Amino acid sequence: MFDRLRAGLARTREAFTARLDQVLAQPLSRAVFDELEAALIEADVGVPTASAILDRLRARRDVRDARSVRGALREIILELLGEAAPLRIDPPPAAIIMLGVNGVGKTTTIGKLAHHLSRQGKRVLLAAADTFRAAAIDQLAIWAQRVGCEIVRHAPGADPAAVVFDAIAALRARAIDVLIADTAGRLHTKVNLMEELKKINRVVAREMADRPVERLLVLDASTGQNAIAQARTFKDAVEVTGLVLAKLDGTAKGGVVIAIAHELAIPVKLIGTGETLDDLQPFDPRQFVDALLPPTP
Amino acid sequence: MFEALQGRLQTIITQLTGRGVLSEADVDVVLREVRLALLEADVNFKVAKAFVDRIKAAAVGQQVTKHLAPGQQVVKLVHEELVRLLGGTARDLRFADRPPTIILLVGVHGAGKTTTAAKLAARLKRRGRQPLLVATDLRRPAAVTQLQVVGEQVGAPVFSQPGATDPIAVARASLRDAERAGHDVVLIDAAGRQHADDELMTELRAMREAVQPHNVVLVVDAMTGQDATAMAGRFQAVVGIDGLIVTKLDGDARGGAVLSVVEVTGRPVLFVGTGEKLDGLEPFHPDRMASRILGMGDVLTLIEKAEETIDAEAAAEMERKLRRAEFTLDDFREQLRSVRKMGPLDSLIGMIPGLAGRAAGLAGAVDERSLGRVEAIINSMTPDERARPDIIDGSRRRRIARGSGTSIQDVNRLLKQFEEAKKLIKRVGEFERKGKRGKFPFRLQ
Ligand SMILES: Nc1nc2c(ncn2[C@@H]2O[C@H](COP(=O)(O)OP(=O)(O)OP(=O)(O)O)[C@@H](O)[C@H]2O)c(=O)[nH]1
Ligand SMILES: Nc1nc2c(ncn2[C@@H]2O[C@H](COP(=O)(O)OP(=O)(O)O)[C@@H](O)[C@H]2O)c(=O)[nH]1
Ligand SMILES: [Mg+2]
Ligand SMILES: [Mg+2]
Repeated sequence: MFDRLRAGLARTREAFTARLDQVLAQPLSRAVFDELEAALIEADVGVPTASAILDRLRARRDVRDARSVRGALREIILELLGEAAPLRIDPPPAAIIMLGVNGVGKTTTIGKLAHHLSRQGKRVLLAAADTFRAAAIDQLAIWAQRVGCEIVRHAPGADPAAVVFDAIAALRARAIDVLIADTAGRLHTKVNLMEELKKINRVVAREMADRPVERLLVLDASTGQNAIAQARTFKDAVEVTGLVLAKLDGTAKGGVVIAIAHELAIPVKLIGTGETLDDLQPFDPRQFVDALLPPTP
Repeated sequence: MFEALQGRLQTIITQLTGRGVLSEADVDVVLREVRLALLEADVNFKVAKAFVDRIKAAAVGQQVTKHLAPGQQVVKLVHEELVRLLGGTARDLRFADRPPTIILLVGVHGAGKTTTAAKLAARLKRRGRQPLLVATDLRRPAAVTQLQVVGEQVGAPVFSQPGATDPIAVARASLRDAERAGHDVVLIDAAGRQHADDELMTELRAMREAVQPHNVVLVVDAMTGQDATAMAGRFQAVVGIDGLIVTKLDGDARGGAVLSVVEVTGRPVLFVGTGEKLDGLEPFHPDRMASRILGMGDVLTLIEKAEETIDAEAAAEMERKLRRAEFTLDDFREQLRSVRKMGPLDSLIGMIPGLAGRAAGLAGAVDERSLGRVEAIINSMTPDERARPDIIDGSRRRRIARGSGTSIQDVNRLLKQFEEAKKLIKRVGEFERKGKRGKFPFRLQ
């Protein structure tokens, strides 16, 4: 598991490490801090959070030479990321709603997560509540078939809240452990679509009162600072409980989650590292930072 | 955060005043903020640095023009250079001498290729062409069905081969089909892929060699961050890119990735995607994109428009009155008229960063529809009343309302707005005086 993650993040790490090693060869000077700041910005951490990290680093008395910078930097980022936050889906039945802007990886994540939970012996039901995008229902149905789990679907264009309502009824009738609802991608700036999302959420909150409910916001690892606005707006609309960082198998570093954890205190729960059923991992902050800044040179 | 940054930039550009040539210090202080603005907008770190260095070299020592403060002039240079970079090259699809014209859409996962293919088909159809859509994404579940659905929506046929496993074979077969059926454009929707995935990138190169497209279009998500340069660089190096389409610009991403990608590929943006619906494809406007990336609204356009529209002498006269606090309702009417000459009001307001907050009391007055009413009200006043609004008591208000066909509330509101405007303008006037510049009271800050 640890190895898989490291493999998935290998490219990320290489780029950052190569840079860092260069930096660490120099004596501790203003240039060292500038380089570190640059490396953080190039990892999509963003200027304000990168500056905050650097301020904390400068304030540390134990940072005297370039070597100790590495450890201190890791600690600071870890502190910002907070503790590992596992999915909360016990006791069953539980519901998970997958949210996010267009094309980030919601549907694919559902397929992978359904697979992961099924393998743990859980009975999973999918709700095809993206009734808007062309062939979105068919896409989810193919994942259900691959995983071997059940799916509740209506016709394209149907009311997504009604799909979710029916799925919850099915969850009760069929003794399902986890319901995972797909939703249409929506830009956080579209007021009517955010209202639609709130409506879906209200149905879940009402029908699943006192049950564990996860509202997971999926982010594309290659997204820049806009991810902060996404997280803020989705959080305001439906109380996001966690993030999924998809597409970490590329060269993008996904550093914006550090800014989101810092500013909005939303934990990352899962990461996506590919297009196949097994390419999903629980997020472990230590591993994420290790992948960015390996503890041993 | 943007607001703060924007505010700082604004403050800095207006604080720098006087002097004949741009000094290094002036330029530095402005470019520092510009660089931050670019980074906030997700322009790649290296691209932003190189860009700012170039501007600096060009700006230092330049003569300060008559109309702008030094800070404003630096920002104007920045803006012009951005526009030049973004719009430098010819922007259109290349059509083949002998049809069909082949267009291949490539990009990372979820960028918007399939949607954009359908949007392009719709656009081409409107121009009398007969496009064929080709489904070569055999990886993403239901990708072929997705293209069929959107193809149906725009009324363009879709070529696909059920059960196929080789995207290149499908593309090849589609060309034969296109010729047979007399399609003059072939739009090939490729599967999304990570640029770091060597196997799939090599497949894409093979696809290019097999079908020899006249246009390879890289589809880029406007929300992309720092990785945009690595991504675009790789697609350019392995596959070769002819043009770009930027999607999801209907959101609030500042879109700095567009600059990164244009810098790295040297290729033009052909169109932008502005919605999930299939009519959401628009021409690219380099100037709008530059302003969006800088996050300054169209400040410069506003300054230019203001200088063009407001007659210099009238403005000088106005300023004289301001100094003596003689601003009357007549002048207010004049101001509203000049503002109106500058174009549709909501678009003007959009160009003025921070106006909403600063001039909330004016919001009603500058609403396009109520402008006519405002004029009517002022026209119904006597010259005396216009010069000294404080004499307008209850009975005068009633008379004015009747005379202008409005209500007393309308008259009250106008008088209140006038007071607000007077205060605002006075403050601006003082500021401008301190800055030793300014002939136009409505120049913001
Ligand atoms: N490499 C890689 N690709 C991924 C990952 N997750 C999703 N994808 C791909 O990204 C594309 C979009 O994924 P979807 O799951 O359809 O995204 P979505 O958020 O449901 O998209 P919409 O419903 O259209 O908003 C597909 O081509 C997926 O195969 C990942 O972790 N790594
Ligand atoms: N808001 C918005 N959504 C878009 C735009 N272009 C594409 N999309 C959406 O982005 C998602 C991914 O698009 P798709 O065409 O499937 O991407 P592909 O994986 O590159 O083929 C879908 O949900 C589309 O509806 C756009 O310009 N604006
Ligand atoms: Mg989906
Ligand atoms: Mg597609």
